[in-house]
Amino acid sequence: MDTFQYVGRTMTSSLADVGAAFLLFASALRAVPAALKEKRLVVEQMLRIGIGSIPLVLVTSIFTGGVAAVQAAYQFQDYVPMRYLGTVIGKSVVIELGPVLTALVIGGRVGASIAAELGTMKVTEQIDALETLAISPIRYLVAPRLIAGVVMLPILTIFADFLAILGGWFVALVGLGVGTHVFFSGLRIFFHVSDVSSGLIKAVFFGAIIAMMGCFHGLKTEGGAEGVGIATTRAVVSSCLLILITDYILASLLFRTVLMG
Amino acid sequence: MIEIIDIHKRFGPSKVLDGINLEIEKGETVVVIGRSGCGKSVLLKHIIGLMKPDSGSIVVDGLDVVGLEGDALYAFRRKFGMLFQGAALFDSLSVWENVGLGLLKHTKMSEEDVKRRATEKLELVGLTGVEDARPSELSGGMKKRVGLARAIAMDPEVVLYDEPTTGLDPIMADVINHLIRTLQSTLKITSIAVTHDMKSAYKIGDRLAMLYGGKIVFHGTPEEIMRTRDEAIRQFIEGRAEGPISVH
Repeated sequence: MDTFQYVGRTMTSSLADVGAAFLLFASALRAVPAALKEKRLVVEQMLRIGIGSIPLVLVTSIFTGGVAAVQAAYQFQDYVPMRYLGTVIGKSVVIELGPVLTALVIGGRVGASIAAELGTMKVTEQIDALETLAISPIRYLVAPRLIAGVVMLPILTIFADFLAILGGWFVALVGLGVGTHVFFSGLRIFFHVSDVSSGLIKAVFFGAIIAMMGCFHGLKTEGGAEGVGIATTRAVVSSCLLILITDYILASLLFRTVLMG
Repeated sequence: MIEIIDIHKRFGPSKVLDGINLEIEKGETVVVIGRSGCGKSVLLKHIIGLMKPDSGSIVVDGLDVVGLEGDALYAFRRKFGMLFQGAALFDSLSVWENVGLGLLKHTKMSEEDVKRRATEKLELVGLTGVEDARPSELSGGMKKRVGLARAIAMDPEVVLYDEPTTGLDPIMADVINHLIRTLQSTLKITSIAVTHDMKSAYKIGDRLAMLYGGKIVFHGTPEEIMRTRDEAIRQFIEGRAEGPISVH
């Protein structure tokens, strides 16, 4: 096979994948009303995505806030008064760090586990078995995960925002000598609710991306244990990439009005 | 009645099904035999709509099922039960939930009623006291029997068996064969089984069809296949490495 053929084939198969992923997303969206009746399944997925991820989000967020404080203080020295430390940490956390880092770590944890679970079900013919029982895997497996992702990611993001600011405050107080009052008044000065809501809008998209990439690669799995490994890797890599790309697109859309004046 | 009419299916360069024609009458058991990887399971998956043929049609009770999609396909599948090669039990559910999943999703029966029905079906396949166990706690033979109980839980008209005895010890294989025979005589179920286990094929089949090179090369009763002079078929049913069928 010559290079052109190889490049051509890779591109067509990637494009076909993108199309297939969108089709799966569309049918999952159509199955959402029906899946909402399967309360047990949805709640089970929410607990797995949400409660199960709390320790991970906790550690990630506290340290992110701490690092943000240290880095901001380093860049502020001699130029910007420390009373703006809270402002910078608050803004960067709720707009960017909270939603994106939460999505990336959840993408690793949950995306992988969804892909591995559905992939194993695929290679052991459990997906086919569901089909033969006239139960739609989209309704029974994909839609509940999509709902859980879309609902839980914003909640985890709020949790992460809160913890990261707390981490920032702690480092500011203990490590940088910035008092609690100074820190929080700084946080309040330029605080806009729209910053938080734009972060949460992103989180909704990220939740959908993580669930859909896990399901898509899981359901596409072929060929035993090796296939499950490949599916898991693909789910994590593609959700992380899509999160970063979507983050840029949403940032340019959400903040455009402000920038344009 | 199930009519398979001129089914063709390719995977990449290899022609797996190359013009298959087969009729299955109501209430009879047809066993499709053939070497591993010759497309037997693929054929079975076409009948229940898990795979779509490249061309040809499959007519079940007058309805062409190849074009069915969505709800129409799901409605059609409720006539069927299928036993998978590796049982394909849902490992996140208990044994009774596995058996009763179809009933839980498609009927208004209460959980207690479904559990009672699942327990009855499990008794029918000779399993008691395992309702609340997880599939991972069961042996291979037990899993297969749970899979069988699940396949018949919705009282299907047709049951498809994918290698029902593969991977079982000879005694358990005979138990499964016996079960299939009993289910068929008591419940009047139409059955299609694919297997490479000739003992099982002779025991459960009213008719046998041999799949080789993507085509049905023999079609007849167990007695007829035993009398055949065709060298390739003889090689397969006698299990010989030497003969017209290349082992590579």
